[in-house]
Amino acid sequence: MDPVRNQRFEERRQELKKLSDEELKNRFWELCYQVVDPIVDLARTHTSPSIERSVLLRMGIDSITAHAVVDQVLQAGLLGKGAGNVLLRVAQKNGMDIQAAAAAIIENKELLNGLFQ
Amino acid sequence: MSDSQPLDPNQKLDIEIILEGLENYHPERKGWTWRDCPSDGVEMGPFHYRNMSRPLKNSIGLPASKYFDHIDPQPSCVVTTEIASGRFEDDLRRMRMAAWHGADHIMVIRTTGQSHIDGLLEGTPEGVGGVPITRKQLRASRKACDMIEKEVGRPINFHSYVSGVAGPEVAVLFAEEGVNGAHQDPQYNVLYRNVNMYRSFVDAAEAKKVMAGAGIFQIDGAHNANATAKAGWLVMPELMVQHGINCAFSVRVGMKKDLIGLSTVPPDAPPAPKLWYDLPYAVALRDFFSEFKMRAQQNTRYIEADIEEAIRTHTIDTLISMLTSADIQSTITPDEGRNIPWHYNNIRGVQTVKQTWAALDGIKELVELKKDGPLGEMARDIKERAVAFLEEILEIGGYFAAVEQGFFVDSAKYPDRNGDGIARDGKGGVGAGSIVPRDPDYYAPVCDHFGDNHLPPNIQHADDPINGCTLCKPEKIAYIDELDEEDSSTKRLEETHPYRKGGMIKPEAEWAGDGIILTQFFVPLPENVAGVYGLEMAKKLGLIDPEVVNIQVMHPAEGCFVEVKGKIGFDIDVKALKVPEKEVILDEEVLRAAVKKVGLKVVAGTVGEDEHSVGLREILDIKHGGIEKYGVKYVYLGTSVPVDKLIDAAIETGAQAILISTIISHNDVHRMQMRKLADLCIERGIRDRIILIAGGTQVNRDMAKETGLDATFGRGTHGIDVVNAMVKVLQARGEI
Repeated sequence: MDPVRNQRFEERRQELKKLSDEELKNRFWELCYQVVDPIVDLARTHTSPSIERSVLLRMGIDSITAHAVVDQVLQAGLLGKGAGNVLLRVAQKNGMDIQAAAAAIIENKELLNGLFQ
Repeated sequence: MSDSQPLDPNQKLDIEIILEGLENYHPERKGWTWRDCPSDGVEMGPFHYRNMSRPLKNSIGLPASKYFDHIDPQPSCVVTTEIASGRFEDDLRRMRMAAWHGADHIMVIRTTGQSHIDGLLEGTPEGVGGVPITRKQLRASRKACDMIEKEVGRPINFHSYVSGVAGPEVAVLFAEEGVNGAHQDPQYNVLYRNVNMYRSFVDAAEAKKVMAGAGIFQIDGAHNANATAKAGWLVMPELMVQHGINCAFSVRVGMKKDLIGLSTVPPDAPPAPKLWYDLPYAVALRDFFSEFKMRAQQNTRYIEADIEEAIRTHTIDTLISMLTSADIQSTITPDEGRNIPWHYNNIRGVQTVKQTWAALDGIKELVELKKDGPLGEMARDIKERAVAFLEEILEIGGYFAAVEQGFFVDSAKYPDRNGDGIARDGKGGVGAGSIVPRDPDYYAPVCDHFGDNHLPPNIQHADDPINGCTLCKPEKIAYIDELDEEDSSTKRLEETHPYRKGGMIKPEAEWAGDGIILTQFFVPLPENVAGVYGLEMAKKLGLIDPEVVNIQVMHPAEGCFVEVKGKIGFDIDVKALKVPEKEVILDEEVLRAAVKKVGLKVVAGTVGEDEHSVGLREILDIKHGGIEKYGVKYVYLGTSVPVDKLIDAAIETGAQAILISTIISHNDVHRMQMRKLADLCIERGIRDRIILIAGGTQVNRDMAKETGLDATFGRGTHGIDVVNAMVKVLQARGEI
């Protein structure tokens, strides 16, 4: 038992006792949203290999190819552009369809050089 | 696409046909479905139900339903069963059985370790403790569910897990393949799977967004805290906080509240005074989370090897659901404490809910929770502690800081700490350092993508440059069939073919042809010897790999109840089984009318030197459901009655039938008595006017012909069988 924390809890509890059931419920949700809002911001502004692979899946790329493409994109330091974005650019730049572009990226990561300059 | 043939209830599910054409199969519908519950209740048989959904087209009721016009009332809540034997092709048959008993939410547990696999699995490898979740497995399972739901007449929600380090990919897979429900809770990854906390939440936002787009119902993972903490009943304030964090996060990323479910388990089990902990918690939770859905789970924390004990606890868990609320009532197979669930135990779990729900239908109209006493005070106490918990999280720097400091899954009651909480390092865990900031020109050309997405100029929908993503155009989905032909359902199905389609029979618990059986017995030995005896006995019975799965002491010296499982090593060819033709029993009303019409009367007694009258009394007396119940009058002449005396009595009283009972079979005395009865009736010229019936433990149906009687009956005979036989003889003689 931590006397300082327990003391702090008792103080909080005295305050909470003043709230009606409805107010207590509102307080609960207000705090929950306060806890999660910074995390939602983190998620909004970041991506991950799995997110990018999930984007490629939605573009019609199979899971094995998606994995290899994202690995290449990550190594090329382009994950922050979005793997789907990279794939689309490679396809447009080289006049390929999406599937062919995916295969080409796996084959030759040089294709990713200078893509965003 | 999906013009599947309707299933025939008399035919087994054809797994090979389900696996055909999967590359082009797409689910017939997407999203979660609730049960259809008429607001003015449901009329079934002689009863009015208040809290039930519409009955099924095809189903199997509780055993006692035969006394109530075979009704099978279906609870208003969705009922879950968890099915995952490691071989999904065998699970499909179990899903069908479970659906026939009332399950409409089928949850597939993943194979051990799948949450740590950085990507999707493909093909149909065999799983351990669950099923490898893959596109092929999901597609085949959803296709089976599409067929089964038509057979039972109610949509089936198919469910698995979106967690681990491949959450967003799994979510896309689920959305594409029409999975209807999924667990998703980034806290679960962090606490129980040691996935890096930042990665877990960033991934979760994407996964949830995808799930929201496909109408997938979400269940959180908070209940794991009371399955993990040493004293599950003390962590209730924390459970509220965990539920709150996942709900709030889900809402913020775009999920609808009515597709967000709380996974809540009554934390206790008897002999604990369960209601004093579980009820205030259930009330507090439903107060705070009134806009969300309740998925009530049954307790697993304290489940032991004893099946009946588990069922009793689960009955009380269901009572708590009914006293408060449950949108989904999940069931735990009662054998979970001793093995990977067996087929028939899924059914038992579903039956526990069905039986409890029927018994307590409309309970809230009869009883009310007393909230102005200890219940209300205890619920308020939990709520205040939960709010204080959140305040402290914010005070020390937010959620991630709280996880690092071991705020969660500590077994003490908040604010106390036992220091046994699960603390995680923000820089550690699986996938640490793997999240990347999105650049100002970040772009994802697909639908249902969460967060900043900088669409190129002149583009309306993110997926326009690719002419639609797979969520809009399912035909674009890339399908992989198998990666390893040796570890595939095709291979396994070849092996089990004899047991599924080749006419060879073995019992099964999990997989086709596994041959597993369970023996139950009492042995007059103390506990330390009883198990050893069980194994020795099983070996002598010829069981392979015998294992004691349960021992219950009845008395330290007098003995134990023992359960031993094992495998049988032989097949039986179904063609070698001589199945007696089934006697069709006439409708009870038809029988009564016929009896009344001819004023059916019988004389009865035991014959030979036989004083056993119990069996015959059961056939005669109304109390035992005997022939009297159907209006038959009888004259009982007692025991050891000479056969000619029975004939005299029949003539004298004008009885149309003589019933004899004979237990003693020494020297074939029973057969002699039966022949004698037939012969004497012929001698006296009444054989064509009288019905002759015999019964006894050593008698069987085939003896009628050889002894010249009209019908003969063995063990397990009821009055109705005898009345049925008599009425059929009367019909054949044109007397009715």
